[in-house]
Amino acid sequence: MIHFESVSKTYPNQSRPALDSVNLDVEKGEFVFLVGPSGSGKSTFLRLILREERPTDGRIYVAGRDLARLTNWKVPQLRRRIGCVFQDFRLLPAKSVYQNIAFALEVIGKPRRFIRKVVPEVIDLVGLEGKSERMPDELSGGEQQRVAMARAFVNRPMILLADEPTGNIDPATSIGIMKVLDRINRTGTTVVMATHDAAIVDSMRKRVIELEYGKVVRDQSRGVYGQAY
Amino acid sequence: MRAQFVFGEVWIGLRRNLTMTAALIVVVAISLSLLGTGLLFVKQVDHTRSDWQSRLQLSVYLCSAVNPDQTCAKNGPVTASEKAQISKTLHSLPQVTSVTFQSQEQAYQQAKKLFQNEPVMLSFVQPGDLPASFEVKMKNAEADAGPVTAAVLGQPGVDSVGDDAAILTKFYALLGGARNAVIVVAIILLVAAILLVANTIRLSAFNRRRETAIMRLVGASNFYVQLPFLVEGMIAGLVGWLIATALLAGARAGLDGLQQYFPFPVQLSIGDLVEVIVVTMLVGLVLCGATSFLTLRRYLRV
Repeated sequence: MIHFESVSKTYPNQSRPALDSVNLDVEKGEFVFLVGPSGSGKSTFLRLILREERPTDGRIYVAGRDLARLTNWKVPQLRRRIGCVFQDFRLLPAKSVYQNIAFALEVIGKPRRFIRKVVPEVIDLVGLEGKSERMPDELSGGEQQRVAMARAFVNRPMILLADEPTGNIDPATSIGIMKVLDRINRTGTTVVMATHDAAIVDSMRKRVIELEYGKVVRDQSRGVYGQAY
Repeated sequence: MRAQFVFGEVWIGLRRNLTMTAALIVVVAISLSLLGTGLLFVKQVDHTRSDWQSRLQLSVYLCSAVNPDQTCAKNGPVTASEKAQISKTLHSLPQVTSVTFQSQEQAYQQAKKLFQNEPVMLSFVQPGDLPASFEVKMKNAEADAGPVTAAVLGQPGVDSVGDDAAILTKFYALLGGARNAVIVVAIILLVAAILLVANTIRLSAFNRRRETAIMRLVGASNFYVQLPFLVEGMIAGLVGWLIATALLAGARAGLDGLQQYFPFPVQLSIGDLVEVIVVTMLVGLVLCGATSFLTLRRYLRV
């Protein structure tokens, strides 16, 4: 599903590469934790998958596409197959829960009838039954993140990228978030989650990839957060 | 394509940016109406010119007994054979359409009519004072005046040649200057309009950066991301154009009222007005559309 072939990325005006010849394979339906200290290259990794950045070196294949040969024109097609969740939720404050989720479908031109059918389904999936008319500022952090996950998942992407989704949420609520991610993963969606949250990584027992200074220093299935230390 | 969604976004954009949008509309309206005025000016000058063209004539003045000029002093007043020769020369020229002889008596009668309200002026003029002349009409008064003048000037019996067009040249220069001034101001304002469109779109893009960030993230095509902004710029352009159209139509009505003060037609034909309005619409749309598009390419990259 995601295939990195000796990928390096050096940002302009920086001597140290953000990613340093990374080789990596993530299979369809996997759940992967991406761990490592700040600046270790986790965000760069996610941005490369989304093709927000291009690698300085190496090849990247996402959902069977060679990103180097993907024209700008086709980038939106790629992004429709990838859902994204962030630490800061990124909801539109002037739109209700329903509208926020529907927005993701409206802007890719989905018909209204389709939107009316799938948005309530995904609201149920993330556990926000009965809150579809709430505004983001009326929701708790955990609930807002559920809305963001619903928006990321509503178009049934093949891959869900989560960049520290529990970073702004207390541990008790984080468990709920992880349950939703797990539920999404069980539908066959590949999930890649960058995180600092050791407790969550340890409790989930999924594949863990650890980055340090842009290199993969550990890759274990059923790993824990801090084994390398 | 979801038109309702796009127009919803456009409406939000225009409302959030109300002051900028208003400024943009006003500047577009003024610049387009000035541009339209300039274009109408050009057309009007052309019309006046062709209207005068048919009335302009050359006056070939003949030597008379009392003529003090040097040209006539040698030969004395024009003789009948000289007169016949001049008339023949004029008739033989291909540019000349008609030649009318005006005798001294006829010239005096015309002067009497011209100065009927000014007895003092008239008292200076005696029947023999004014020279006889050939009044010559030409196919193209402006272009043909030179060759025709050259053909007869210097012939025995010819005193001088008067050209109506020479008087009008100054008038045309004045009109041309006014037209150029209007067009220069219109161009300056159009540049201001372009900058304002760019600024408005930039502001709008900044105001909606959350929305556009999410649109890009979920894979909205460039077209979808940019269309609301493009439509926004073009709507502002269109509203400005509508105001300009109203102003130009008003100017036409105003000119109709002024007609009585002018000896030549000043009315704008409906055809000219429609043509100019269509041109300004195209200018407005292309200007706003293209500027929005170019601005978006800078600020809304994938």
